[in-house]
Amino acid sequence: MSDQLNLFQRIRYSIFPGTLQEPRYRDRYRNYFNSLILHFRPRSVRERTLRFTLTWGLGGIAVVLVCLLFATGLMLKFVYQPVPDRAYESIIHLQSDVLFGQLMRNIHHWSGNMLLVIVFLHFLRVFFTGAFHPPRQFNWIIGLAMFLAVLTSNITGYLLPWDQLAFWAITICTGMLEYIPGIGEWLQRLVRGGDDIGPATLSIFFAIHTAIIPACLLVLMPWHFWRVRKAGGLVIPRTADEERGYEHEKVPAIPNLILREIVVALVAIAAILLISDFFNAPLEAKANPGLSPNPTKAPWYFAGIQELLLHFHPLFALFIIPVLMFVALFSIPYINYQTDTAGIWFASPRGRRMAAAAALIAIIITPVGIVADKFAIDFLAGIPGLPPVVGNGILPAALALAGIIVYYWWIKKKYTATNNESIQSVFVLLTVAFIILTITGIWFRGEGMALMWP
Amino acid sequence: MPTKAKQTKWVAEANRRSFLSTLWLIFGGVALAEFVAVAFAFLRPHKSKIRGEGANLIITAGPVESFAPNSVTAFVRGKFYLARLEDDGFLALSRTCTHLGCSVPWFEKEMKFVCPCHGSSFDITGNVIQAPAPRALDIYPITIENNVVKVDIRKPIRRSSFRAEQVVYPKKKA
Repeated sequence: MSDQLNLFQRIRYSIFPGTLQEPRYRDRYRNYFNSLILHFRPRSVRERTLRFTLTWGLGGIAVVLVCLLFATGLMLKFVYQPVPDRAYESIIHLQSDVLFGQLMRNIHHWSGNMLLVIVFLHFLRVFFTGAFHPPRQFNWIIGLAMFLAVLTSNITGYLLPWDQLAFWAITICTGMLEYIPGIGEWLQRLVRGGDDIGPATLSIFFAIHTAIIPACLLVLMPWHFWRVRKAGGLVIPRTADEERGYEHEKVPAIPNLILREIVVALVAIAAILLISDFFNAPLEAKANPGLSPNPTKAPWYFAGIQELLLHFHPLFALFIIPVLMFVALFSIPYINYQTDTAGIWFASPRGRRMAAAAALIAIIITPVGIVADKFAIDFLAGIPGLPPVVGNGILPAALALAGIIVYYWWIKKKYTATNNESIQSVFVLLTVAFIILTITGIWFRGEGMALMWP
Repeated sequence: MPTKAKQTKWVAEANRRSFLSTLWLIFGGVALAEFVAVAFAFLRPHKSKIRGEGANLIITAGPVESFAPNSVTAFVRGKFYLARLEDDGFLALSRTCTHLGCSVPWFEKEMKFVCPCHGSSFDITGNVIQAPAPRALDIYPITIENNVVKVDIRKPIRRSSFRAEQVVYPKKKA
């Protein structure tokens, strides 16, 4: 038979022997191919976990964005030059001379920023569906580690264009390190590769951005997905009065899961492409170490921390509060809960009401606090003989902490709630407050960091 | 059935085997520790990047007369301001804000440095007028030789606030 084949056919059949066979054998080859996919995805999934309103496709979108970032990042690497004298020029060259260069940079920029938003939403989704209860405890930790990796990737990438925006934002961010007690100055020198931001900083950030973080993600992502499968797939959604069970009906992953994933992926890619067509990634004048623009702001994801900095002593705003925040986040799956609420949105109908109440309180208190602090902070800091670290740090921080503890007991008693619901309510209170601080930092701070309307 | 001698031999063998495996594990640990130590040493910031550019580390600002009392002159290359106080003394102030490291411009009219990033301000001696800056602007050592002001920009000197002994005075002409 092979006598009748021409060269191209012989090559083709050598690669895809199945196409030479009768139809029933072709099916077998298709099965081989499908089982290749099934190395990455489960063979079958519980039908209930396919509900869009369980996951909102957030995990899948994050994977798509990471793929886009890897692909466009590889392309950018061919043009970008990580040296202060060439970095900015190479970006200009990329945008004006290289075909699709601007588009490539836009996709990378928007995917990177969207990724932070998406993983944050994913984190909220996992929390509010209780998907951190055993056996998923450690996967929460892996998720937080990846969140830190994505954050680091965004910060290090922020410096690379070497424009005014990049230079001064990174000056401020690395300036924050100095306030970490004990190791701060050493850490700052380590990150900057010297006393100031310069060539050493750029190569360090470039190495972290293009090698360290991608390598970390390549390890952490499969680990994260593998743990999901070891936990028996996604958390099974249920109502508050349903028992947690595993006897729900299973359906084959092909096509039920794979097709849904493809749809979400294509929609996400289309959205990023659309955004990248219409909005260019920002690029200001070349970095000038002698001239700080007014206002100089940290990247948007640090706007909340920067806002804290305006209200608290740097030791608290930059070290104690963020550290406490992360300790709290890492301990969430290991707290002793009264009930297992895995799969129930907001733990229960009462939990939902308590979450709404918390959000409302935060929405009212935070802006009032920000405005009142303009006057009150100087009242506390103005007590004579009080060092700023007390008047501006310990006192307001202790007040805030006391407020949170009082809130916890009050809401627990008011609703006669389980500790699942009360802890969730505190989580909502702090998260919404932080989001409002971030919004304030991004849009409501103008020249000299004064409050203003956007 | 193993004889007693055989059994002892077997036990001895097992002991030797586990001893050797432990030894290999220790060697592995040592090798790992070495690699980690090398990596740390490699990544540590270099002592001085601008070695060999020694000439640039001492900036010759100019003759004493060229700076009017109560004035501030910017030295872009040296990243510092040379302030001449009302009493004729000199101070070399770092232009880096002590809050988060922005560059502070000098405002002649208001006679103060104002940081564009978070609104800190400093007077002509570098003292903080307006927080959030936690301490006065860093200074650099000044020497005045043959009536010429020279500033050593190798290492900024941290200080919490201005003190009189930080000022350097030119020799009074006889």
